[in-house]
Amino acid sequence: MIDSVAVTDAPPVVRRKKARRKLTFDRVSFFVVFLGLPLAIFLLFVVWPFVQAFYYSLTDWSGFTPDMSFIGLRNYRTLLKDDIFMTAFWNNILLAVVVPLVTVVLSFVLATMVTVGGTTHGAARGIRNSNFYRVISFFPYTIPAIIIGILWSQMFDPSAGLLNGVLTKLGFDQFASFPWLGDTRTAMPASMFVIIWGFVGFYMVLFVAAIKGIPSDYYDAIRLDGAGRIRTAYSITIPLIRDNIQTAYIYLGILALDAFVYMQALNPGGGPDNSTLVMPQRLLNTAFSKGQFGLASAMGVVLALATLTFAAIVFAVNWLTGGREQKVKR
Amino acid sequence: MTTTTQPTPTSPGQKTVTAVSHVVLSLWTILIIVPLLWTLMSSFKTSKEIFASPFTLPAQWNFDNYVSAWTTAGIGRYFANTVIVVGCALVIVMVLGAMCAYVLARFTFFGSRLIYYLMLAGLTFPVFLAIVPLFFVLQNIGLLNTLPGLIITYVAFALPFTVFFLFPFFRALPDEIAEAAEIDGAGEWRKFFQVMLPMAKPGMASVAIFNFLGLWNQFLLPVALNTNRDNYVLSQGMASFASQAGYNVDFGRLFAAVVITVVPVLIVYAIFQRQLQGSVTAGTMK
Repeated sequence: MIDSVAVTDAPPVVRRKKARRKLTFDRVSFFVVFLGLPLAIFLLFVVWPFVQAFYYSLTDWSGFTPDMSFIGLRNYRTLLKDDIFMTAFWNNILLAVVVPLVTVVLSFVLATMVTVGGTTHGAARGIRNSNFYRVISFFPYTIPAIIIGILWSQMFDPSAGLLNGVLTKLGFDQFASFPWLGDTRTAMPASMFVIIWGFVGFYMVLFVAAIKGIPSDYYDAIRLDGAGRIRTAYSITIPLIRDNIQTAYIYLGILALDAFVYMQALNPGGGPDNSTLVMPQRLLNTAFSKGQFGLASAMGVVLALATLTFAAIVFAVNWLTGGREQKVKR
Repeated sequence: MTTTTQPTPTSPGQKTVTAVSHVVLSLWTILIIVPLLWTLMSSFKTSKEIFASPFTLPAQWNFDNYVSAWTTAGIGRYFANTVIVVGCALVIVMVLGAMCAYVLARFTFFGSRLIYYLMLAGLTFPVFLAIVPLFFVLQNIGLLNTLPGLIITYVAFALPFTVFFLFPFFRALPDEIAEAAEIDGAGEWRKFFQVMLPMAKPGMASVAIFNFLGLWNQFLLPVALNTNRDNYVLSQGMASFASQAGYNVDFGRLFAAVVITVVPVLIVYAIFQRQLQGSVTAGTMK
């Protein structure tokens, strides 16, 4: 015991060192299969392509000939000047701003209604039928994304869709054959709605679970102080499920920066005036239709950087708004 | 928005809030259920009926659309492909993922943390970045446009999630039992398969369900790496079917195909509903 405060970031699990054991056949074969096999697959099919993509993004490779010359950052400069790609880029950014925010707020409100909405007296109890609401809301999460897209593209259908049918029945005749996905003003909001529809239920269930994990004493205490619902949500619920909100935000952000499946189902061509075109659609087109693999890889790198930046911003905001102290208190 | 400052259970403000909650939640539920029911209803209609009005019930309730979707549109074939690919990939990724998570969680060796972080990085990077080189990796080993190629890719991309999620389960298992097994003379292999793996069952079940949903819904990987029509999986088959339906105008068949795709997942969900909702908690509270 020379240095009793050896710095390690591993969790404080007391475990005996097992490294000094003999290398028997059993042990060697165990490590080769248990670690070597999964790792080999992971390295070959995940890590290696990622590494290659960074290199390809610096070349003018077409993919079909072995010729490839190193051109530095020229692909990235091409992208900056490519109006269609920049449209797709900003569409993704818009998605990443709106979709997580609306989804998290909506699922938080619904989760609050399901759990603490029932009574402001005593322990956090659900309202009647809370289980029913939860099970139904979770439904869309189990439906394949492509099906959600197809289903809603039928709902939005100008003449045969249910949405315009209902609106016309209600007397809004101007919607008789309104093309929700074919109008530059509505294509993007309608697409966002579809993504949000698919995810609110999942995050609602997640928040319900997190809220139920909060000790009821906290709620009793703040109610004794006379706090109302909004105050309770703001001062107790949100701070205590902060980590869950952060996780939700990051997952939704990654999803919104992709959004490929939904957009492909709703508007395969990128929508009116490219108003719903997203980077992944442009990437696939550039790579497999135009054969510009170097340029497509550069798009992939931009997408990855956008994802990492988004995650960093979420972490930073959480940290700055008091996530720090929360960690210590808990 | 109504708020109440009086914590009495029967105050009028209280009742208002509860009523508002019920109204909002009911509206949301309707918004979920109505499109699904409408799809179900439309799947029995002929294209002519669908275009006539979105409201009227089908004149005849028969399964013509389903038969036609299953055979003529090739949904049956895509369905079989999907079952093969998802089934194989699920089994392989659960076994490999459990083994890898177990080694990383229970042994400390040079580079073990590096591997763990590498897995974490694999989880956050967008698949799109890898898709172009991946195409050529598969082409070089001759597995492009084949089901085995798709299976191994599914395994590779589901692996980080599986390892990451199972890691805490294996870490939390008590040392005493592992030691007892050792004293009884069990080698590493037996210790894992007969002692440790059975104890991690709850974690395995949750991860398996999430992997099933994720793989069944996978779209990008098959679209880019599996372009042979005979090998199409359900999600990409549906996408190409939907874009064709626009010209052939057989929407009844399209709706029937949608129902065929959704029903298996809804059944899995109905069976494992409790388990799934429970594991949402377990996964995020860690």
